[in-house]
Amino acid sequence: MRKVSFPYVGNATITFKKLMNTFGNEVVLPRRPTEETLSLGTKYAPEFACLPFKIVLGTYIEALEAGADTLVSTGGVGPCRAGLYTTLHEKILKSLGYDFEMITLEPPGRHLRELVASIKKLVNRRLTFADYYRIIRFVWKELQLLDKAERLSHKIRPLEVKKGETTKTYRKCTELIAQAKDYRDLLEIEREIELLYERIEKKDYDPLKIGIVGEIYVVIEPAANLEIEEMLGDLGVYAERSMFLASYTFYNAVMDLFRMPGERDVKKLASPYFKEMCGGHGRESVGNAILFAKRGFDGVIQLSPFTCIPEIVAKSILPKVCAEYDIGFLSITLDEQTGKEGLRTRVEAFVDLLAAKRKNKLMNKKGDVAYGTLLGH
Amino acid sequence: MKIGVPRALAYYAYYPFINTFFEELGLEVVVSDPTSKKIIDAGVEDAVADACVPVKLFHGHVKNLMGRVDYIFVPRLVRVNKEATFCPKFLGLPDMLVFSLENFTNMLEVRIDIGKSKKQLFFLCLSVARKFKKSFFKAWCAYRKAKESLKNFKFEFLKGSIPPLGINVQVNNADVRLGIVGYPYLLYDPYVSFDIINKLIKMGAYVITPEMVPEKEKRKYAVKLKKTLFWTFSNNVLRTAFHFLETKCVDGIIHVTAFGCGPDFIVDKIIELEAKERKMPFLTIAFDEHTGQEGINTRLEAFVDMLRRRKIKEAIVV
Repeated sequence: MRKVSFPYVGNATITFKKLMNTFGNEVVLPRRPTEETLSLGTKYAPEFACLPFKIVLGTYIEALEAGADTLVSTGGVGPCRAGLYTTLHEKILKSLGYDFEMITLEPPGRHLRELVASIKKLVNRRLTFADYYRIIRFVWKELQLLDKAERLSHKIRPLEVKKGETTKTYRKCTELIAQAKDYRDLLEIEREIELLYERIEKKDYDPLKIGIVGEIYVVIEPAANLEIEEMLGDLGVYAERSMFLASYTFYNAVMDLFRMPGERDVKKLASPYFKEMCGGHGRESVGNAILFAKRGFDGVIQLSPFTCIPEIVAKSILPKVCAEYDIGFLSITLDEQTGKEGLRTRVEAFVDLLAAKRKNKLMNKKGDVAYGTLLGH
Repeated sequence: MKIGVPRALAYYAYYPFINTFFEELGLEVVVSDPTSKKIIDAGVEDAVADACVPVKLFHGHVKNLMGRVDYIFVPRLVRVNKEATFCPKFLGLPDMLVFSLENFTNMLEVRIDIGKSKKQLFFLCLSVARKFKKSFFKAWCAYRKAKESLKNFKFEFLKGSIPPLGINVQVNNADVRLGIVGYPYLLYDPYVSFDIINKLIKMGAYVITPEMVPEKEKRKYAVKLKKTLFWTFSNNVLRTAFHFLETKCVDGIIHVTAFGCGPDFIVDKIIELEAKERKMPFLTIAFDEHTGQEGINTRLEAFVDMLRRRKIKEAIVV
């Protein structure tokens, strides 16, 4: 039996574990990245590697130490560097003396044959066509539920009366989802999640809204972005991120099969500023920032790992775009040296500025000083 | 009409083509001044802080040309062959410039996507010529001449000289042969790279750069990696390194890179691992806008000395 492990990406780990189990593999569950993981990764990774590379390398080493013999990860077609990470990870880990097989899941558009071959390697049990259908339906639903639980938590956290209640509820939800065995369970859980969140006591006011754009790994994985969403929620800000794993997988894996570019509206919005596809999520960052502006958000935070090329290109464009649409912009570069308290200070200052800006705007509009102060920020 | 060509990035790889083409079209070509402290500072001022030195330099060179010319030529290199594209910073270069520099309105943006067939290059040249209201015939002549000059340029390299640095002949009986790999915009810009090629030649080494290895030779090593790299220049560098490692035609390899270069961390690590496996001496030198000359000198001298000593030791053993 294969002992499979994979990079830790947010809550999708739960789903991926189940998927690998049903395919007849033993799973060595990757640990949630910690300081230790990062320092392991930093030790063996090249200096200019980006944060996701280092975290994932650290995770792999921990998994291999725990007895895994197969690593599964995704590939890509460039020009972002991430498409080559598995190749380099494999080389580095082999030079460290580990013995394992690396399986790369390439996007189906250009590498359909390779993808099928790698999936075949992972399926070690006889499965009928109906089984596949059931598995896909279950996995898809579960990914969506995980995203839903997270989305709701971001929505409700700034409104909660008792601090920390939302976080507790969110943990409970993920535990519930992790225990689900089949599709019917998931449907029940979906209702329960909604009920759980409804039960939280809420304040009634219009919180500041901040959109989060940037490179997918640091946006999705809370351990990589130092839980910035929770931080914002505790400050009483509604934070929405531009990317969720389920929709991302759908647009970039399934649509790719039919050679259709995903997230067309976002790309269209970005095209006057960003004329060429340049890999990664640079163009999506610009497009999503515009989308947030059009939806009336107060500010945009861009998260990028240090030396991430597409985000550097986006970073030079975003300030002007945000100024054009009149919303606040803060760019945060993450690497192994970033500290949580420093980040908190910057985020707090940013939120304060946005609150002041909103107040000013309202005062100018109504001509009434009292109205502005009513907002409570 | 004056057309400005920034002396940065892809300029060092393709400048005979660009210059000859515009000159033959009957335009006056103004190349920005050679890199200096002033140009670097001007670039650092306006470019994004995270960008690598070459990109910052491009900003500086564009600023150097501003106000002196009618148009500034900014290529958006997308693809020049089937297998690979360019670093995302090349792809987004015109967009970055427009948003980073103020009052930059006279950009001649040319999207270079000529990977599919050989004819595409001519059609691209034709469309550029049309912008300046030049005839088909003139465009054709200019294209032919430009191609010819690029061919000569490449041939010069194969003969062992380095035209961008003004090196004509190298002593072939030098005791140390060094392979220097790196992107043309770093190797052939004497200011950023502190002229390390000339320095090494003065130390008595024979220097081989990626451009000096025939294309055919490099293609042999295309299958060495499980997955081809996504970037044209990086492929060139990596294949040259493999050529050095496999044929052992050099005594040591120096990799010249820019601080924060995206693609290079992959290239560098692969060369490092492969070199270790084959016991080939390997040195990485990273440049940024703060690099000091003395530090580089010391490292180069130490490396060359080490190679010499190693050679003597080997000779004794044999």
